[in-house]
This record gives sequence, C-alpha cells and structure tokens, in this order.
Amino acid sequence: MAISRATKTPATRLSRWWAEVGWKYPLALLVFFYAASPLVYVVSASLAQRGTLAGTARLFASISPNNYENLNNTAFWSWVVNTLIIGGSTAFGAVLMGAAAAYAFSRFRFRGRRTSLTSLLIIQMFPQTVAFVAVFLLLISLGRVTPLLGINSTVALICVYLGGALGANTFLMFGFFNSIPKEIDESAKIDGATHAQIFWKIIMPLVTPVLAVVGLLAFIGVFGDFILARIILTSEHNWTLAVGMYQWVSAELSANWGLFAAGAVVASLPVLVLFLALQKYIVGGLTAGSVKG
Amino acid sequence: MSVRPSHATTGAGRPSPAGEPHSRQWRGLGIGFLIKLLLMGIVNALGVAVVLAAWASESWAILGAMVVIVVVVDWIYFSKRALPLKYLTPGLIFLAIFQLFTMAYTGYVAFTNYGTGHAGSQTQAVDALLIQNERRLETSPSFVLSIVRDGDELGFAIVVDGAVRVGSPESPLTEAPDAEVDQAGRVVSLPDWEVVSRAELLSDRGLQQAVVDLRVPVSDEPEDGSIRTREGSTGAIYRSVLEWDPDAQTMTNVDTGTVYSVTDRGRFEAPDGTQLPVGWYVTVGFENFTRAVTDSNYSTPLLRVAGWTFAFAILTVLSSFILGLILAIVYNDPRVRGRKFIRTLFILPYAFPAFMSGLLWRGMLNPEYGIINEFFFMDAYIPWLSDPWLAKFAILYVNLWLSYPYWFLVCTGALQALPTETMEAARIDGAGRWRTFRSVTMPLITVSTAPLAIASFAFNFNNFTLIYFLTEGRPRFTDTSAPLGHTDILISAIYQISGVAGGRADYGLASALSIIVFIVVGAISALAFRQTRKLEEMN
Repeated sequence: MAISRATKTPATRLSRWWAEVGWKYPLALLVFFYAASPLVYVVSASLAQRGTLAGTARLFASISPNNYENLNNTAFWSWVVNTLIIGGSTAFGAVLMGAAAAYAFSRFRFRGRRTSLTSLLIIQMFPQTVAFVAVFLLLISLGRVTPLLGINSTVALICVYLGGALGANTFLMFGFFNSIPKEIDESAKIDGATHAQIFWKIIMPLVTPVLAVVGLLAFIGVFGDFILARIILTSEHNWTLAVGMYQWVSAELSANWGLFAAGAVVASLPVLVLFLALQKYIVGGLTAGSVKG
Repeated sequence: MSVRPSHATTGAGRPSPAGEPHSRQWRGLGIGFLIKLLLMGIVNALGVAVVLAAWASESWAILGAMVVIVVVVDWIYFSKRALPLKYLTPGLIFLAIFQLFTMAYTGYVAFTNYGTGHAGSQTQAVDALLIQNERRLETSPSFVLSIVRDGDELGFAIVVDGAVRVGSPESPLTEAPDAEVDQAGRVVSLPDWEVVSRAELLSDRGLQQAVVDLRVPVSDEPEDGSIRTREGSTGAIYRSVLEWDPDAQTMTNVDTGTVYSVTDRGRFEAPDGTQLPVGWYVTVGFENFTRAVTDSNYSTPLLRVAGWTFAFAILTVLSSFILGLILAIVYNDPRVRGRKFIRTLFILPYAFPAFMSGLLWRGMLNPEYGIINEFFFMDAYIPWLSDPWLAKFAILYVNLWLSYPYWFLVCTGALQALPTETMEAARIDGAGRWRTFRSVTMPLITVSTAPLAIASFAFNFNNFTLIYFLTEGRPRFTDTSAPLGHTDILISAIYQISGVAGGRADYGLASALSIIVFIVVGAISALAFRQTRKLEEMN
C-alpha cells in the first residue's frame, strides 16, 4: 500500500489517524474521568474505616467493612424493603392498568375515544407532584375515614403513585399495541376467543417488552421520588430509601457520611447492573415518552 | 375476567353437532368468571367497609364518592355493555381521585386561607376551641376513677352513686352493670376492658401524659362536658368556658360574658378585636395570588425564584444537550474501536440513582471536608453551596453530570437513524463536513429531539429532588422573612411555603403558586408541541 501510494508515508498516515480518530481515545478517558470519579469516590468513602466526611478525600486510604456493618444498626434494610414493596406494587399496578387502557384504546372503537386520548395527553402534561399540597390534604381526610388510606400508610402512597400511572404510560403502550397486527386478534375472535382471552392470552405475551419497560420506568420513578414519599410517610420504619438517606445526610452530613456511602453503594448496585443490562430497552422507552433527566 | 354468562342459551334448544358429547357443549361459569366474581367481591367488600367507616366518621363527601364508585364499578363489570370501560375503569378511578381531583382541589385551596390557624372546617374549629377551654366545673363532685384499657384505647371507669359507668374518648359514658367494685369503691374488673393497675400508671410516664390528656364525654351532647383527671385516681366533670350558639354563630365566654362573633376571615372575634386562637378556612378570592405579587415579603423573592427556575431549566437542558450531542457526534464513528464499551462508561452517571447523586455531590462539595476542595483546589475553602452564584453554578454543573448521558444516548440514537441517502446526497452535492452538519444533520436531529427537549425542560422546571438534595434552596434570602433562598425553584418554594414538612403552613398561597406552575408548564408544553408539529410538517 505504501509503495503504490508514495505520497502517504506511515508517518503522515499516523498523524492523519491522530487528527481523525486517535484523539478520541484520550478524550474518552477524560470524559470517563468526569463520569466515573464521583462513583469511585463513593465506593472509597463507603470502605473508609471512619464514618465521617473528613478524611474521605484520600481515596482508599483505609479499607474496612465498618460502614457496611453499621448499616445493620439502622433502619436501612427496612427502607430497602419498603422501597421494593412500594416500587414493585406501583410497577405492577401501572403495567396492568396501562396495558388494559392501551388495549381498549387500540382495539375498541367507542364514542369519546379520541376525546379521552386527547384529554389523557393534556392531563399527563401536568405533573402530579405539583399538586402535593392537595394530595396531603386529601390523605388527611381519607385517613379520618380509614387509616389505611391516610398519612403514613404505604398503601396510600402506592395509590397516589398509581393515580399518575395512566397518563404517563398509556401512550407508550398505545403505540406498541397498535404495532401488533389486528388480524391476530381477529382470527382469535373467529375461533371463539372472548375479548378477555384475547387480552390475556394473545396480546399480553406479545407486548412483554413494553410491559417490562413501563414496569421498570415506574419502579425507577418511585425509587427516585422524594416529595410525595416525604410528606406521606411520617414514621421512620415506613420510609423509602430516598427519604431515609436524605434524612441521614441533611441531619448531620459529616457524621453519617460513611453510612450514606455504604447505603448508596448497596442500593445503587442492583439499579446500575439492571440499567446497564437493559440499556437498549430503557433508551427506547425514554425516547418514546417519559424522561428522567 | 372472562365473561361468558351465556350458559342458558347454549344448553337448550341448539342441536349438538354430530359426534360431540352433550356435556362438552356446556360452557358455563368458566374459571375467568369465578376470578372476576372473586375480585368484584373483594372490591365490593372494601367499598362497603369504606362507606361504613365514612358513615361513622361523618365524612359525607367520601361516603358519597365511594357509593358512586362501587355502583359504577358493579354496573360496568356486570353489564354486557360498556366493554371498553371494563379495561379503562381501574386506571380511570385512580386518575380521577389522585390526579384530577387533587388538581381541582389545588384550584379550590388556592382561593382559601387554608393553613396554620385556619386548618379545618368551622365545626372542627368549634370542637377544638370547646376542648381547649375546658375548666373544672366548680359544682362537680369528685368521682373515684379507674383507668381502663382495650388494646391501645384508653378509657375511664367511674363510680356514680354506686353504679359503674365506663367510656372512652370515642364513646361517651355508659352503664357497666357487670363491673366488680372493691370496698374502697374502686373498679377491679370490667367486661371488655382491662383495668390498668396503679403501679403501671406510676411507672409509665407516657401513660401518665396520655391519662392527663384523656377526656371522656359525659354524654353525646358536648355541652354536658367531659370527665377528666389530674392524677389518675379521681375525676371530675370539666366543661368548656366557651359556649357555642350555632344559630347566632357566636361563641360566648361564660365566665367573662364576652361574645365572640364570626368574621369573614374564618375567626371568632370579640368586639374589642381579640380573637380566639383557632380558626377555620374560608374562601378569600384572589387574595393568595395578589399576595404573591404585592406582599413585599413574597413578591421580590418569588420573582427571583421564578427567574432562576426558568434560567435553571433552560441552561440545564441546553448544556446537557450540547455536551451530549458533541459526544454523540464524536463517538458515532465506526473507526473508533470499543464504542460499545465507551458508551457504557459514558452513561454511568445516568444509571446511578438521581437522588443519591444529589446527596453525593452535596458531600463532595462540602467546603471543609469535601473532596472537590481538598483534591482539586488544594484545600481552599470554596463555599460551593452557600454562595448564591457558586451554588447556582454547582447545581448546573451537577445536573450536567447527571443528564448529559441521557442526551448522549438520545443523540446517538438520532444520529444512527439519519437517512444515509440524505447524507450521501449532501456529499455528492459537494457539501463539506461543517456544511453537512449545519444544513442536514442539525435540522434532522432538532426535529427528532425537540419533543424530548421540551419534556426535559418541563421535568427540570419541577426538579425538586436535585435542588432540595443539593442545597435545599439555600443560601436564604436575607431581605425577607419568607423561607426562600437563592437556589429555590418554584416547586421547592411551594414546598417551603406549604409547610407540609413542618413550620408555618400556608396551603392557600402554596396552592396558588402550584396553579401558576401548572399554567406555565401546561402553556409551554402546548406551545412546544404545536411548534414541533410544525417542524415535522416542514420536513
């Protein structure tokens, strides 16, 4: 090659490679440093022997499981369980209700269908969290009737989250449901299947990917929500991770730092793994509708 | 939820096809129907339970709503019509209660003075005032009193003229004929109640306080007063010094004779201007809105908060979009090896839970011990989170770290979806790299990412978690008594003003601000969606 094109010596090819492609590797390293250094730091802080903020600037100066062991002396694990229960139930409910609604909009033609779709589109523009004062007052009134739906009830919080489920998820699913050919359920109908059988046995298995995405997004939403969980869950053993860990850091930042770091590592590891593994689906889901950042 | 209630028609009258046994033909109540019946049973049972509880606590609005819900649900699932509704109803109910109603209720509260000092209905305020002003009746005899317990509920048992009467705060005194009384006239045992021993009372301070606070109504009429005790062994009748006249809408202090009448602000006021401490909420028109713009305590801070909210949302979307786009263009290059690996590393911040990032950076930016100052600024004391401008910068920086991966992913996707023919056509027409980028790539990417940018703007407009976890809105404004700060955005300002997390509550003003946020977000979304539709039509 070098002989046939005399003008291109290996040296100029290399410099051209540098100008075109090569510089991208050092840049990637720089970006990686920007992206990952806080995460490296939190791992280091969680392994520090002392649990204070002071002294954590020297990375990996000491390695000890102290902070992780100390988590057992706090309510951390019950917060994890609460978060899983609340997130899991919300995700399950949101998936079921969203899928049912999307099925109705996609497969039935009824009066008011377009109007309902448009209204949903408008309603979902208004974030539920902005109305948190009204949510708070509503739950106080409901709590007088039954404590199960009042302040400091996990069930009440799940119900509040489910209130936002239909608006957020229906459109994502609606598009996906429409992409499944109607001929499939028509042939099933001819074979004698009821609408319920078509929904549960034919459509649902076909839309599993979007169910997974919606469930995951709902879970992440609950996992990251602070404002509603904070005002609804009042007693410490009912808190979610976001509320509890905020309390650690806001109450006495420098003293609880080790606990926070250890808790953050424990709680974010599964999320991190799940997220990276399901990258493709999540990105697809994000671009189709809801947004995190 | 299979519905096949048509067994009556299939059984008789239809000739069976040859070769098929008769029994095969009967399709009665399938498993689906049974499941549906079971679910509807549960729903109805829960509904009736709520209705009964609402009846007991006299919450008529909730009772009415619940009855409507149960009836509508039963009609939808047991009638053969309304097929789409069978699928829509569960979601719609939650949507109606916890989103539509709360939005409407926000609208209502915005026009009231609901908050500290006006924290309930008039009936509740009257009850609270009557209880607060209870004094021992001078003519009341002293009763021998025992403390009784049923689970968590405490009550009193007293001996009146040799007969035992027992009651709790929830249920007024009634005769308890089966009670056993010892020689001192003290109740020893009681059906349904456990008598609390004197020793236990003396050893448990929490119990003592609960007993001193306990009031057991003498009868269903609040005017008859209630039994209270100071020390747990004798009780007396206490009656409120205030007297409530529902017809005249006045409170009269029986001791002093002062008459308090209702004001249109939801208070009881005496002719000399003194007010009773508990009020109720009333509608006040647009007062909350005018207060937000004219009250000097709120107007300037809120204006600055609103300005920062817009600046924050716009700058954060812009900065993360630009960084994400640049990285996407740079690394969407088939000649770079290990692109998948590089991409995974780049999106790490996005995979880390957002609320933890806020807290993590809060520690890292700590001026004294934080790693940022110690590591990058040679131990200098830089008040990242307590200087107004540095705090704003820090918030933008942290949010850039949090959200550029999102735009990196989105832009990479958009770049890969660009039609190759268009790019080729541009090249054949002699367009250079910059020209192609400016005239082909950018417009196409803008169209496909604009809706996401709007959504991201709307999200960050209400990005409470980031602000609250990083700075809590601090540093505080020094020129106002309102609990607001330089880095507060509207939603965190609403949170502070509402007082839901403690402090002085002002639900009215908070709701008025919520309405403003609703309008802003709604208007921007509507405008922007229209704009994107136009953009799409152009291409």
